[in-house]
Amino acid sequence: MLQRTIPIAILSISGIVLVLAYFSPFTQSWGEQAVDWFNIIAGIAYILGGGNLLRVNLEKISAQRPGWAYAAITVAAFVAMLGFGLLKLGAVPSEKYPDVHFAGDYESNSAPYGWMYWNVISPLGATMFAMLAFYVASAAFRAFRAKNLESVLLLGTAFIVLLSATAAGAYLTGWIPADSAVGFMRAERLRTMITEVVQTAGMRAIGIGIAIGVVALSVRLILGIDRSYLSKDGGAA
Amino acid sequence: MIDRRIQVRRGVEAVLAAGIPAAGILASASAAFAQGDAAVASAAAEKDAWIDPARVPLLVALIVACGLIVAAIALARSGVPLKIRKLAALDAVDEAVGRATEMGRSVLFVPGIQDMNDVQTVAGITVLGPVAKTAAEYDARLEVPTSRSLVMVAARETVQAAHFAAGRPETYNEGNITYITDEQFAYVSAVVGRMVREKPAACFYMGAFYAESLLFAENGNSIGAIQIAGTAEPSQLPFFVAACDYTLIGEEFFAASAYLSGERDQLGSIKGQDFVKLAVAGVILAGVALATVAAVAPDGGAASLFRSFQSALGG
Repeated sequence: MLQRTIPIAILSISGIVLVLAYFSPFTQSWGEQAVDWFNIIAGIAYILGGGNLLRVNLEKISAQRPGWAYAAITVAAFVAMLGFGLLKLGAVPSEKYPDVHFAGDYESNSAPYGWMYWNVISPLGATMFAMLAFYVASAAFRAFRAKNLESVLLLGTAFIVLLSATAAGAYLTGWIPADSAVGFMRAERLRTMITEVVQTAGMRAIGIGIAIGVVALSVRLILGIDRSYLSKDGGAA
Repeated sequence: MIDRRIQVRRGVEAVLAAGIPAAGILASASAAFAQGDAAVASAAAEKDAWIDPARVPLLVALIVACGLIVAAIALARSGVPLKIRKLAALDAVDEAVGRATEMGRSVLFVPGIQDMNDVQTVAGITVLGPVAKTAAEYDARLEVPTSRSLVMVAARETVQAAHFAAGRPETYNEGNITYITDEQFAYVSAVVGRMVREKPAACFYMGAFYAESLLFAENGNSIGAIQIAGTAEPSQLPFFVAACDYTLIGEEFFAASAYLSGERDQLGSIKGQDFVKLAVAGVILAGVALATVAAVAPDGGAASLFRSFQSALGG
């Protein structure tokens, strides 16, 4: 009973407080407090997350399962970053408080934590991000196959938008007089029409749907109708 | 307040020391002081106000929307028949999980990369419940790698609840729900690596996604998994539509858990969403009609009616 009532009560009160805080300046500080509480809980949950990461990878190393070397690298990197970050090992001394170790700047490129972040994590992240270009090409190749009427429309629209973004678009349609009856056929005008009229209308429709969906989901959660997140006897499904 | 008085007095003293006529300076200082006090008093009054006047139109819209949804839930409870449009993406959940069971492979569920304070993550976790229940019924292995510790905790609770609901609590394994890292692309590389090595037969992407959406979906496509995605990030929807078998677009994503639960109350809320959409469409049509008439006859009554309509909506 308590496992069901208490979580629903916490969720409902937090939800109502956050809605009130948005509309009522008088209750704004209540909303800020709710957010502070969330940050505290998220901070505590990080201990669980870090513990889980260590447990899973140490088990893998211990059992020498396939890929255990990657697990060893993960554990080593996690422990190193945690140590350098928490203990501020090698931090650049603060100008204001040079004698206070914990006042030092650990995010600087000269400190081990900052060096590892800027020279290892950041380039690796950039590499993953750069791979996106190839995935965009392969996804576009599949999406732009003219299989039916909808895909032909998609292909045609994409062709106009892409063409008008290049010099070729201006070169091919630049001869059309801008103030003539067929001036709308110029590539830049077609692109503007597609992106600012057709696309905006579609995006706004999706945006309105999302807003209504968020309200409906919030009502279900605040009223305790959707309890799928509760464990054991608290769960509804 | 005391600090401001000291500052003003010091400023006046400094100007006097510079030899500027005292009467004029004192007059200006006192005017500035009075103006500052008025501004401080006004800010304090605004802070103590019960309602922000600028947000009243939105508050009214929210009350109407909530009212319509609650009314639809009450109607559903009273036994009024509900007709809900079929969502192919959600009807495919059974097929996807069943396929994974037959192939002896796992089911991968990615609840986005945001924390529990993002409504999309909450929606993703509510979809995880029915998916986990189906996986428990089919005895398929469900893996949920998360990028936030709190999401991991919430996902564990949800999956455990699903196993209890399916009558198979003994098959719940919390080791399948793991925390990877908060770092966006480090999380992506870990999940994509797992996809390529373990080749899950079904992949679900439900939550807030950014640049990683296409990385997940294209890798899932390359290993031949059935992919079902749902997000409320409009900029990522085209990528999911291009690379996944089924995509829940915007509102469908938020209706997913209610649809999958099959409970009358929850289905009633979906019907309520439709009522709100109908009301919004009516307001848009009225606005378009009034704006058109106002553009044709700018001096007529329709124009002033349109202006009132605009201000009523907070425009």
